[in-house]
Amino acid sequence: MLNKLKATASAIAITGLLTSAAAVAPAQAKVEGDTITFGVAVSLTGRYAVNGKHTKNGYDLAVKMINEKGGITVGGKKYKLAVKYYDDESTAARATQLAERLIQQDKIKFVLGPYSSGMTKAIAPVMEKYKIPMVEGNGASRSIFNQGFRYTFAVLSTSEQYLKSAIDLAAEMAKKEGRALSSVKIAIGVRNEPFALDIGTGIREDAARYGMKVVIDEKFPKEVTDMTSFLTKIKALKPDVVVVSAHTVGGALFVRQMTEQKVNVPMVAMTHCESAKVTDTKIFGTSAEGILCAGQWAPELAYKDDLFGSAMDYANTFEKTYGYVPPYQAAESTAAVMVYADAISRANSFDTEKVRDALAATDTQTFYGNIKFAPTGQNIAKPMILRQVQNGKYRLVAPTAWANSKLNYPRMTQ
Amino acid sequence: MRIDRNTMLYGGLLVSGIFLPLALPAFQTQIAIMWMLVTFALTWDILGGRMGYNSFGNIVFFGVGMYAAAMTQHELYFDIGQFEVISDKINLQLTPVKYILGLGLGVVIGAVICVLLAWLLGSGVLRLRGHYFAICTLGLGVAVGEIAGGIDYIGAGSGLSAPLFPLAMGPAGLFYSYYFFILSAVTFLCLRWLYSTRFGLTINAIRDDEDKAEAMGLHTTRAKTVAWCVSAFFLSFAGAGFGHLNGFIDPLDVAFPGATFGVWMVLMAILGGKGTLWGPVLGAVVFHVTQEFFWSTLLGWQRVAMGLLIVAVVIFFPLGILGWVRERWPERFGITVEENA
Amino acid sequence: MIPVPSSGDRASAVCIRRKRRVSIDTIISNLNILYIAPPLILQLLVNGLMVGALFALVAYGMALVWGVMNVINISQGEYVVLGGYVTVLLADFGIHPFFGVFIAPIVMYGFGWVLYRTVIFRIVDKDLFVSILATYGISILLQQLMNQVFGADIRRADHGFVTWPFFDDIVTIEQIKLLGAMTSLAWGGVLIYFLKKSRLGQAIRATAQNARAARTMGIDTDKVYAATYAINAAVCGVAGALVAMIWVIEPFIGLIYTIRAFLIVIIAGLGNLVGVVIAGVSLGAAENFAGFILGAEFQVGFIFALLVIILVGRSYLLDRKREYLK
Repeated sequence: MLNKLKATASAIAITGLLTSAAAVAPAQAKVEGDTITFGVAVSLTGRYAVNGKHTKNGYDLAVKMINEKGGITVGGKKYKLAVKYYDDESTAARATQLAERLIQQDKIKFVLGPYSSGMTKAIAPVMEKYKIPMVEGNGASRSIFNQGFRYTFAVLSTSEQYLKSAIDLAAEMAKKEGRALSSVKIAIGVRNEPFALDIGTGIREDAARYGMKVVIDEKFPKEVTDMTSFLTKIKALKPDVVVVSAHTVGGALFVRQMTEQKVNVPMVAMTHCESAKVTDTKIFGTSAEGILCAGQWAPELAYKDDLFGSAMDYANTFEKTYGYVPPYQAAESTAAVMVYADAISRANSFDTEKVRDALAATDTQTFYGNIKFAPTGQNIAKPMILRQVQNGKYRLVAPTAWANSKLNYPRMTQ
Repeated sequence: MRIDRNTMLYGGLLVSGIFLPLALPAFQTQIAIMWMLVTFALTWDILGGRMGYNSFGNIVFFGVGMYAAAMTQHELYFDIGQFEVISDKINLQLTPVKYILGLGLGVVIGAVICVLLAWLLGSGVLRLRGHYFAICTLGLGVAVGEIAGGIDYIGAGSGLSAPLFPLAMGPAGLFYSYYFFILSAVTFLCLRWLYSTRFGLTINAIRDDEDKAEAMGLHTTRAKTVAWCVSAFFLSFAGAGFGHLNGFIDPLDVAFPGATFGVWMVLMAILGGKGTLWGPVLGAVVFHVTQEFFWSTLLGWQRVAMGLLIVAVVIFFPLGILGWVRERWPERFGITVEENA
Repeated sequence: MIPVPSSGDRASAVCIRRKRRVSIDTIISNLNILYIAPPLILQLLVNGLMVGALFALVAYGMALVWGVMNVINISQGEYVVLGGYVTVLLADFGIHPFFGVFIAPIVMYGFGWVLYRTVIFRIVDKDLFVSILATYGISILLQQLMNQVFGADIRRADHGFVTWPFFDDIVTIEQIKLLGAMTSLAWGGVLIYFLKKSRLGQAIRATAQNARAARTMGIDTDKVYAATYAINAAVCGVAGALVAMIWVIEPFIGLIYTIRAFLIVIIAGLGNLVGVVIAGVSLGAAENFAGFILGAEFQVGFIFALLVIILVGRSYLLDRKREYLK
């Protein structure tokens, strides 16, 4: 009995000690001295670790460039930027806890978004609760923006737009072939998580607008290991367009197995081509030829700004710093920091309400694209791009204003 | 009332439960989760420690309770279809009265569903013994989580958002610190009473030798099922609370996280000493504090540390902290060790 | 203040009633597809069988460790992934990855032996439940170490084998899958022969039957356990090499292989290689059909639900005889 008492009492004492230790531990947060610290919960481990790394590199590069150019000015004083990272392990439960920790314990006032729609969707209510503005570049799911949140701002285009231009192209091709639009068959395969499900919803809506039929509508489990049943259905029903959004692992599997199982569809469109490295001939050979890849950004685009120069300049700087060509996940993360820094200097204050209002009034161009936020927080000024893998390289085919290549249709049989 | 050590202990806990979240407002959510983990460990111990049935699937009731409560809120106040459209006119704000009402109704519905579910599942799954039971419940936990990800009514893979905590009610962390504290206190007191009854002896008998217990005429099947129903009952409250606290419910990550919460239930009880009254409580507190410590200090390597800890605990500390203490100083526990003459 | 919508607002808000997918219709239409084009059944079946043979191999390793050492190895999948990484590294160095089928098991044998000597030997004499938790801890450790060492990128080894098409491309047999199946069966055969004929194999079987008696007879059970565990790791290495060539690998993809192996061992029972093979290929085929008919999102859930149903069903049958699953 005495030992029960002692044991429990010591447990409580340990709790108290450790928590106070954590409390007095470097709470380098908010604005201290001449540094503004952003808080981030990003996926450094778990299934989103690859893109989490791109996101972190994007944030770091922006901070580095801004600091090199002297930082930002608020109230006549110059401030440098810094970022505090936590690992959300690619799980929503961890992400929310870390968001709480950033705000409550570390006293962060400015938060940058995590990677993936799932994590962003989990964190957004926390931001709303504490009225902390968050600028994110990696949560595209439409469902983040239909809940009336006022403190979440996304620099990227929302999910339902990802493959809209692919369906538009399909309609164009059908017209050219003299086919009725209602005879066009579409197959959809999406991963069972917010982002991909939204892409599926977007495709269904686009198809409905054109009167096309969706003949296959599959949801893949989160840890998909084999696409045989999906590909077999495609062989059976012979759709004209296949749209797949299954993230990195699923995308890689799809490309490989499609070739291996000899599945031929005139138009194949997918997301996450770059993360899955489909142009890497060592892994995929020529399996990826002709695939349409949705993208938020590409180095060939004609945007530019004062910090990085043109999109191509950014790509070069990134490659020099990190040793690889930046995928759009990195670019949009950089843009998020730029937008935030710009808003803070425009607000000329660290008051979160003023910064939030400054963010809402953003209307600027970065190397990543034009940025203007709708009242619900998403970016309405930047279109998605569509690239096609031609001869092992990504060539821009949509929007036609920037296209540097024509669409190869139908996709050559492998 | 005599002020003895027992009273001091309970009094101390009561005081800390009430004042800790007020004293450390930055840690309110952490404190809430700590009490929730205490509930986890206590409910697992009913089956695992007292009855000898190691369950890896208790997480099913956690998730079902979570969805039941959240869906109740949705059905009462929101049009499900709202989420298909982007509009700034839509929001998930409720008045405090509506929120509490919804939560109250939600936990009741959740508890009813969970107990029924435990009864139903128990009739089949509780026939299994030993490690077959463990593996079956493991499979159950994953199966339910995966299937939940396919049901559109509860949001499928997109997940479900719980209503936003009303601004007028202060910080959500504070509210849920008390919610979970009260929950774990009630759970503890109920279990303490339960273990002192004949039922407590029955489930111990099942652990020690089920066939003999059956031969003696004890109604083992009924006892086992009731035990699981009790677990399910308290877990559903925990699930409802966590779903509302987290704000966002993802089927595999938040509602049915077998590889995290599901396994931690087991670990915490073992760490503290399964089969004892205070063991699970101690285990939960120590586990939570250690884990939070790893997270803030070992960025990127925390899971390695966690893995090492699990291995160490399981191999070197199978009796848990209290079990080990009991071995060292049995006299303090009222056990006399006979010395052989 | 954000306005709270009154019930009037709710009615007038623009909204689309969330479509409740009528899954019965989908199931019927999927079945219909199979009925219209029977070669599809063949495609699903053949693919499933080939893949199932691979799962059976992993399951056999798990059954071995379970039967001999009374350890349920939750980190089985991680050994598979490690074997895959060995193969990927081979490919990076220009060696054809199919040699991984021979080299990976050698590397993994050493790895398993080391792991036994450091950790596993402590849990051999504890109860089964302890082994589940301990190996779970090991699996977390391994996942994280792989993440740190190899990075989180998906990796794959290009094998350069082609596909044989039949029935106008509807049935496609990938050579690598066929080779994989044959390799798995071959290794299984080698294992059986080894267990039957070699001295170490006999020592292993003796220990599995009765460890104390084996010790009394002069068998060093500690060495036997080390060898058994190392063999299991080697077998997983073979499977991993094949996985890296057929699909892709990444640090966190191991769990699904562990679970499948689990299922197969549960269904087939211990010490029954033929049963394991049959259960393995059946599972492979069943998975494919479930994914096709029910929809891919239920494929994984189906497998686990199957586990529960089979376990409960068997115990019910035994219950009627007043016995229970041991």
